[in-house]
Amino acid sequence: MDARDALEATGVAVRAAGDGDEVAGARPRWVALPESAEEIAAVMRVCAAHDLAAVATGGGTKLHWGAPPSRCDVLVDLCCMNRVPEHTAGDLVVRAQAGVTVEALARTLAEGGQELALDVPVPGTTVGGLLATGIAGPRRFRHGTARDLLIGVTVVLADGTIAKSGGKVVKNVAGYDLGKLFTGSYGTLGIIADATFRLHPLPAARAWVTATVERPVTETVEPYVYEGKTLDTTSTDVAASLRAVIPAVTESPLEPSAVEVDWPDVESPCTVAVLVEGAAAAERAKALCALMGGGLSDAQVAEEPPPWWGRLPEPPVPDGPPGTGGAGGGEILLEVRNIPYRLAGSFVGPFMAAREAGVRAAVRGSLASHVFHVALPPDTEPGRVAAFTGELRAHMEADGEGRVVVLAAPPEAARRLDRWGRVGALPLMRRVKERFDPDRRLSPGRFLGGI
Amino acid sequence: MSELERLTARLAAVLPPDAVVTDPVRLRTYECDGLTHHRATPGVVVLPEAAEQVAAVVRLCGEHDVPFVARGSGTGLSGGALPRTDGVLIVTSRMRRILEIDIPNRRAVVEPGVTNLAITEAVRDRGYYYAPDPSSQQVCSIGGNVAENSGGAHCLKYGFTVNHVLAAEIVTPDGDIVELSAMDPGYDLLGAFIGSEGTLGIATKITVRLSRAPEAVTTLLAAFTGIEAGGRAVSAIIAAGVVPAAIEMMDALAIEAAEAAVHCRYPAGAGAVLVMELDGPHAEVEHQFAAVERICRDSGAFEIRVAASAEERAAIWRGRKSAFAAVGRISPAYIVQDGVVPRTALPRVLAGIDRLQEEYGIRVANVFHAGDGNLHPLVLFDDAVPGEAERAEAVSGRILDLCVEHGGSITGEHGVGVDKARYMPRMFTEDDLDTMQLVRCAFDPRGLANPGKVFPTPRLCGEVPGVRRGAHPLVEAGLAEQF
Repeated sequence: MDARDALEATGVAVRAAGDGDEVAGARPRWVALPESAEEIAAVMRVCAAHDLAAVATGGGTKLHWGAPPSRCDVLVDLCCMNRVPEHTAGDLVVRAQAGVTVEALARTLAEGGQELALDVPVPGTTVGGLLATGIAGPRRFRHGTARDLLIGVTVVLADGTIAKSGGKVVKNVAGYDLGKLFTGSYGTLGIIADATFRLHPLPAARAWVTATVERPVTETVEPYVYEGKTLDTTSTDVAASLRAVIPAVTESPLEPSAVEVDWPDVESPCTVAVLVEGAAAAERAKALCALMGGGLSDAQVAEEPPPWWGRLPEPPVPDGPPGTGGAGGGEILLEVRNIPYRLAGSFVGPFMAAREAGVRAAVRGSLASHVFHVALPPDTEPGRVAAFTGELRAHMEADGEGRVVVLAAPPEAARRLDRWGRVGALPLMRRVKERFDPDRRLSPGRFLGGI
Repeated sequence: MSELERLTARLAAVLPPDAVVTDPVRLRTYECDGLTHHRATPGVVVLPEAAEQVAAVVRLCGEHDVPFVARGSGTGLSGGALPRTDGVLIVTSRMRRILEIDIPNRRAVVEPGVTNLAITEAVRDRGYYYAPDPSSQQVCSIGGNVAENSGGAHCLKYGFTVNHVLAAEIVTPDGDIVELSAMDPGYDLLGAFIGSEGTLGIATKITVRLSRAPEAVTTLLAAFTGIEAGGRAVSAIIAAGVVPAAIEMMDALAIEAAEAAVHCRYPAGAGAVLVMELDGPHAEVEHQFAAVERICRDSGAFEIRVAASAEERAAIWRGRKSAFAAVGRISPAYIVQDGVVPRTALPRVLAGIDRLQEEYGIRVANVFHAGDGNLHPLVLFDDAVPGEAERAEAVSGRILDLCVEHGGSITGEHGVGVDKARYMPRMFTEDDLDTMQLVRCAFDPRGLANPGKVFPTPRLCGEVPGVRRGAHPLVEAGLAEQF
């Protein structure tokens, strides 16, 4: 029996792959559409028997992230696994299949007055995709990321073994926590079939405080030296303004749930938005507004978030209105992490690197958790993308604290740069991969160090 | 000469003077942790003062194929630090420096022997604290907390050790010193390491997140005539969207014991009490307090006390915190159990425990973290009465069965250790356990790090289960060895 027949014989729906099924430019031969963990296992057993490499996908929103797979025969599309088998509101716990979108899950949970307290910045992301990439949004400051809210997981390994860890209770230390290991593993250890999360009650109220860091217009003549580098005063003044105000906000006993910043272009104003949730949200927002008014302009309380809230930055569009850049295959997206004290510097870093590399950059992210996303225009010349990444990394990783990861870049640019940057413990990671997927059949080469 | 003796002879060369214990009397002081009915005198004890020394000892263990066990303060309740008579016990009690307090970056870097409470004490003046608060926090070590993924009464709102550790320097079972950091891209090895009970290596330096002390804290005690009413109140509080920092429940027998031990003066006639703590911004706590008070009254609370001072807060907590030790006043011996059930299953599980008490003629005092369904039944028995210890052990095991039947866990915070390894197959399939074992084999292919804990008779790392048969290609190619 050939591989296609063997896939068909599992009873799982299989079709030939098309243009839309490419994984970072690599086209699989077939797409399998399993409807249960057992069906995923059946597909994986066929892959094992016929030496096929498989890549899992959910909403397909981030398939162009990461390196292309070195082999890609079967795309395991989990879109049919879109049920929420268990939501016991009284337990504040939900179990969802991997193909459920976070939006659909949110609707189900809202009926019970609850939520999964994550803000997923890419619309259409599924539970499986959320876990595989470990992406998070503004409220990571308050609730952590997917790994902090995941309490149980069912996975299918490369040989078709179905295994679970954790469970459906929040407090549980029985056995190793495979959920942590699989979160952010880019599908290289196994395929996530379902996940159980701890939930939070929907907050009684939410309020946002927004404020602007004005571009100084009068002091742009003298160059400004910041951390040994010459800058224009625009960026340094933004840094100084943020440094003066933000620590007081994040450390405030008023307990904001998120502190975000949006800076769509170095020429544009920079906006800060703070979320307050729970009882007395409006009252607390008002107090934070006063605090922010001390160093920022136009501080005001709003009942709705700014339009950019919880989304990845749109790349600047040269000679066009900002905010119209699109995602897709040309997306150039980086993630920057740093420690709180380096907040202002790490936030300004992308603009320094952009100036040095001759590109334009948009930055958005968390001033509280010190994780920022940087978008460059999709048509940025590959050499400049690499130069930008190198400059940014030199700035961020200089003291060993910061990290820069290239989440998405077109192939021509990606070839010229190191996507992952500084990685500790790579030998141990390779050993984990070797144990879970000894024949390298799951998303081979997609992850760091060629894993 | 045994391998252990050969190894012991080489230890002095890699450790400072007085860091190797071979005297039988001193060795016996390490024969158990907080779970005292499992005892084993360690082959040799070492007291390293630095990561390099830990690494050197672990490398020697590898060379001589001798198992090693790490121990912090020895307060664990599952025998996770139970020594091996044929192995080395690596005690971190001399590694107790706080290396860095970094308030602007909200973190502290500590050695593994530092006590949990010492971190909070070091930063309290600055308005910060270290959130996980296991009840042994005055003595338990951070290294032990990392090994066990310790929680505490306040983990309902604030999470566990794994949610508060930013990085760890570890000595791998190969004897390498490796940094695992939440900042790094790649697999979340830090998350996998925390809670692995010393089976993946030994943490030698830990970076913890510091939390901002809340603006307001309100502690209250509500007394009910029975445990059902208390349980209803807990459910209603959660349903109302309130996430208290802690909700603890004690039943009549536990209250009686606490009263005898520490005179906590909980309301007379209480069949159950709830100890609750609300914290956060003033305005939020006020709102929540009003809701909680109303719900408790509606659920039948006949008395509600609110702590008006730090002393009153401590008084309310005294009864709860003393509960484990206090049952010693009303029973010659007892087993502390640690199981978890989904909160909605609490009434059924408690009814099940009642039936077990009748069936076996054994009393059980119930103390639990009601907010997250974490039960600590205290199974009381008289070891002087023939057969009673066995009956108590049976009740204790049946309680775990109840937890698993209702979708819960065999341990919420005490760990599996040596005590519950045999219960793991009740919760996990062979495939589940084999898959966890893959992690173990990646870190510790020779199984020298704390063997015999967590997993019941695990496969050797060479024994590949499931579909795969025959030699691994890398082995055939001479690129790897199987053990």
